[in-house]
Amino acid sequence: MALSRRKRARLIRGTQYAILVVVAVVFALTADWTRIQQAFFRPEVVREMFPDVITVALLNTVIYTGLGFGFGLALAIPLALMRLSSVAPYRWISGIYVEFFRGLPALLVILAVGNGVPIAFPGAILNKYLALMVALGIVGSAYMAETLRAGIQAVPAGQVEAARSLGMSPMRTTIWVVIPQAFKIILPPLTNELILLTKDSSLALFLGASISEYELTQFGRVALNQYQSLTPVLVAGVCYLIITIPLSYLSRYLEKRGGGKKISSPESTGLDVTP
Amino acid sequence: MTEVVIEITGLTKSFGQLEVLRGIDLTVTRGQVVCVIGPSGSGKSTLLRCVNLLEEPNSGSVVVNGVELNDPDADIDAARTRIGMVFQSFNLFAHQNVLNNLTLAQRKVLKRDRAKAQEVALANLERVGLSEKVNAMPGELSGGQQQRAAIARALSMDPDVMLFDEPTSALDPELVGEVLSVMRQLATEGMTMLVVTHEMQFAREVADTVLFMDAGVVVEQGPATQVIGNPRQERTKSFLHRVLNPVHVDEK
Ligand SMILES: Nc1ncnc2c1ncn2[C@@H]1O[C@H](COP(=O)(O)OP(=O)(O)O)[C@@H](O)[C@H]1O
Ligand SMILES: [Mg+2]
Repeated sequence: MALSRRKRARLIRGTQYAILVVVAVVFALTADWTRIQQAFFRPEVVREMFPDVITVALLNTVIYTGLGFGFGLALAIPLALMRLSSVAPYRWISGIYVEFFRGLPALLVILAVGNGVPIAFPGAILNKYLALMVALGIVGSAYMAETLRAGIQAVPAGQVEAARSLGMSPMRTTIWVVIPQAFKIILPPLTNELILLTKDSSLALFLGASISEYELTQFGRVALNQYQSLTPVLVAGVCYLIITIPLSYLSRYLEKRGGGKKISSPESTGLDVTP
Repeated sequence: MTEVVIEITGLTKSFGQLEVLRGIDLTVTRGQVVCVIGPSGSGKSTLLRCVNLLEEPNSGSVVVNGVELNDPDADIDAARTRIGMVFQSFNLFAHQNVLNNLTLAQRKVLKRDRAKAQEVALANLERVGLSEKVNAMPGELSGGQQQRAAIARALSMDPDVMLFDEPTSALDPELVGEVLSVMRQLATEGMTMLVVTHEMQFAREVADTVLFMDAGVVVEQGPATQVIGNPRQERTKSFLHRVLNPVHVDEK
């Protein structure tokens, strides 16, 4: 049975719409909408949560993430340079570090740092902010170091040769020419890393905290118990999206502006058929 | 007037098994313009890159301004500030505008303050006719403008000698002239220049000495009128024939 291109396209698209409609109808008929609404959309609970959900919880999420990201980046730069060093032990140390922390669940690292550091270094004052900065930083740095290494290697050799020809030392060349250009290249993946860290900051939940230290997830969970409602979960979720969706758009914008690699086109997924 | 700026003796360079330079001798004196011509792959770029140690020679000596560069203890960064290098692919710093391209090394290496570095940069941009592109990013410039900015960047370090590696080969034909005219002007001002080029007309007019290289050796060298106008070696003749009559390449 030979279909023309146009007929085949119409058939495939029609089938996809049909499936969509069936799923939506089944979902709408089987779910108990009254109970869903009671659980997730209780306006008085939403009102109760303000303004603390913003001024405390969202703010703390941003602070934890920002501190972790900054610390992670500060670790990632030497790690990436070590990975590319001509001194073999540096390469090994960096390689082992990256494989080690990329291979562990973020939660485990947070538990280890949050509870381990006070034991390992008695007298070390580790408040929640510092603990999360270090823990999230370590988790993020393992990924960022690899990204940065790739970025450094993507800087054209001619840029380095030009700098060296002007008498700039390897160190000055790295600082003033290579790293800035590497960062420009890796800005999109770095933004994605920031999104991942934003979500990972929710693991702060497992370190225990005072009210003023609550971030979004913990805030939501406490409110969930308090009001016996799932509405706080929805509110916390919306707050995360307020952070992550703009970042996601920023990442895509940077990627487009940088003329970076294209992600596979829709056709290649076989789901979309061009008219 | 016969102060030696570049003195190369017995220079050899291999990449693995491949012998790219097989004993090069070359002297460039102050104010001299030396053009290097030769077929692709003959080692011209490698020779030039040995003169500022972008490639490390295997043996032989490269003395620039009295400094033996092939000495592991030589202060190579200091020596390089006196040697301007212009690449085929321009290599302007992609993340900086034209002005910062010209001031970066002045400030970080020569330790000039910002005002002085900018003054030098603006003077050199004027020299290459790019005064109005001070704030442009490299990506916004044509190839010819990028190359002129790259020349101005090298000049901003006040070099004793300028190296050019096929500076017009990556350019659209209509942009070649503006770069050659800047180089011609430099030569007139007395700049010492070592130029790898396929522009035979330029070599004829500007070069004091022309070097024909093939397979890692200097086959023939002398005044342009001789090497280009009346070559003695068979290899030089056939190369020039191919370059000067590209359309009739199969006749010979
Ligand atoms: N970094 C390198 N590694 C290996 N081979 C190289 C390298 N640079 C140049 N070569 C080889 O050396 C030879 C001469 O190159 P080059 O000096 O660029 O010639 P030219 O500039 O005259 O065209 C070529 O065969 C080239 O492939
Ligand atoms: Mg070449």
